[in-house]
Amino acid sequence: MLKILKTGFLSSIQDKGRFGFASKGVPISGAMDAYSADLANAILNNAETDAVIEVTLGNCTFQFLADTTICITGGDFTPKLNGTTIQLNKIIPIFKTDILTFQKVNYGVRCYLAVKGGFLTDQILGSKSYYSIITNSNSIHKGDLLPYHELREISSKIQSSIKINKNHYKETEIACYKGPEFHSLDDEQKKFLLETTFTISKDNSRMGYKLNELLVNELPQLLTSSVFPGTVQLTKSGTLIVLMRDCQTTGGYPRILQLTEQAINQLAQKTSSDSFKFKVKLI
Amino acid sequence: MVKQISYKQFGAKAILIEWQSIISDEILQDILLFKSKINLDKNIAIIDLVQGYNSLTVVYKNDIIKFEEKVNQLKAIYQLPTQLVKQQFYQWEIPVCYDLQFGIDLEEMATSSKLDLEEIIRLHSEALYRVYFIGFLPGFLYLGGLNSNIFFDRRPNPRLNVPKGTVAIGGKQTGIYPNASAGGWNIIGRTPIHFFDAENENPCFAKAGDYIKFKSISIEEFKELEIAINEKNHQPLKTLYNA
Repeated sequence: MLKILKTGFLSSIQDKGRFGFASKGVPISGAMDAYSADLANAILNNAETDAVIEVTLGNCTFQFLADTTICITGGDFTPKLNGTTIQLNKIIPIFKTDILTFQKVNYGVRCYLAVKGGFLTDQILGSKSYYSIITNSNSIHKGDLLPYHELREISSKIQSSIKINKNHYKETEIACYKGPEFHSLDDEQKKFLLETTFTISKDNSRMGYKLNELLVNELPQLLTSSVFPGTVQLTKSGTLIVLMRDCQTTGGYPRILQLTEQAINQLAQKTSSDSFKFKVKLI
Repeated sequence: MVKQISYKQFGAKAILIEWQSIISDEILQDILLFKSKINLDKNIAIIDLVQGYNSLTVVYKNDIIKFEEKVNQLKAIYQLPTQLVKQQFYQWEIPVCYDLQFGIDLEEMATSSKLDLEEIIRLHSEALYRVYFIGFLPGFLYLGGLNSNIFFDRRPNPRLNVPKGTVAIGGKQTGIYPNASAGGWNIIGRTPIHFFDAENENPCFAKAGDYIKFKSISIEEFKELEIAINEKNHQPLKTLYNA
């Protein structure tokens, strides 16, 4: 078991998400930065579908109640094991009663804590990902006990950490495709969309990021239709909303862009007042 | 009617199929048939199908390499004989308590529309509604069939907390909030029925194409049903719909 001693801003269990329930209105969810979550599982030689903890902006404390190995990927929130700094992107042996803390944010917005074999919380509608209506809560709480397999033998072989591409955090060009309603924009609006440096507003969450700069438009509303993580909606008031992993399944605003998977992962490591440009790639 | 259908790529993995931009039973029927045929096809590697009023989005497992090939495959599926597909739709009876304790906007709506309260309730509960699709939130039904005499504009300021089970009218639509959420629709009543239960293998009993009929109940009946539902001793009444 992993015991939650202190919760930070927001931590939750996530995996690859829930598929096949769109006809019931169920969001996909899953790790915001799927690239980093996958990396943590890969380093531990876990299954790709194993559940990890997504920690948003550090400031939390966990205690391990059984031996295992872990790997932390994604943002750097100064992880320490029993007070000693540990490396990211590397297998770390864990012994019963060890305490892991995340504190100061060096870079990134979300980090991933994987344990060998994954967290064994309840699977609901094909996924362990937290989403309040389905799993009763959006986040883990102080005192929660999250089960995982105890490891009998921990290899003491020293592993080097994997070098990661820092561009994942610094990238200022967010790659996207033209969305289904891109062509409803006039030339000036398209130019604005592709040349403006957009900043992320305070209104950003696992559901979506609202951007500060307005794109004035008179596009008609749609009859409600599908939306996905990475869909960029344009509201009547000109606000752009980039939908993220917990987004609704359908919406009525024009869908002017669709982020690539990797762009969603990169955006997941950005937050309020970070800026970027959209870069359209051909399908 | 000749159905004009367009196919657009939507991101790396999805194809958006669109019908004419109107809300109609005929289009719904065509979308449902197409969806059933896609579900029957064993060679198509998809992970989800997302329905809208005039659209169906096919989400593939893998990135689409050859868009034209996928579109041709979908067109061939669309042309398959319709007799292959058996579709059964149910009519669900949903008890609603329109008591002013729940229907907190009814009096204001009566004043602004010059209809009396009973008339609004009668018009709302006598109509037969079609489920166009489920979307937005888990278990939120998009219903067609609201009587035009009881179209009411959304409220200027959304409420932060609309209780679970609230029945409301927003513009030309009526709907049920499957869970507590913010909302700007005019509140006319409440149902004790749960529209989304993650513990069920089928988390929402209704499906696109089904019908909904509201039945006015008293506050006493509401309370009795609420207890029965919480003890899992009540299922909404269903009858097979024969077109």
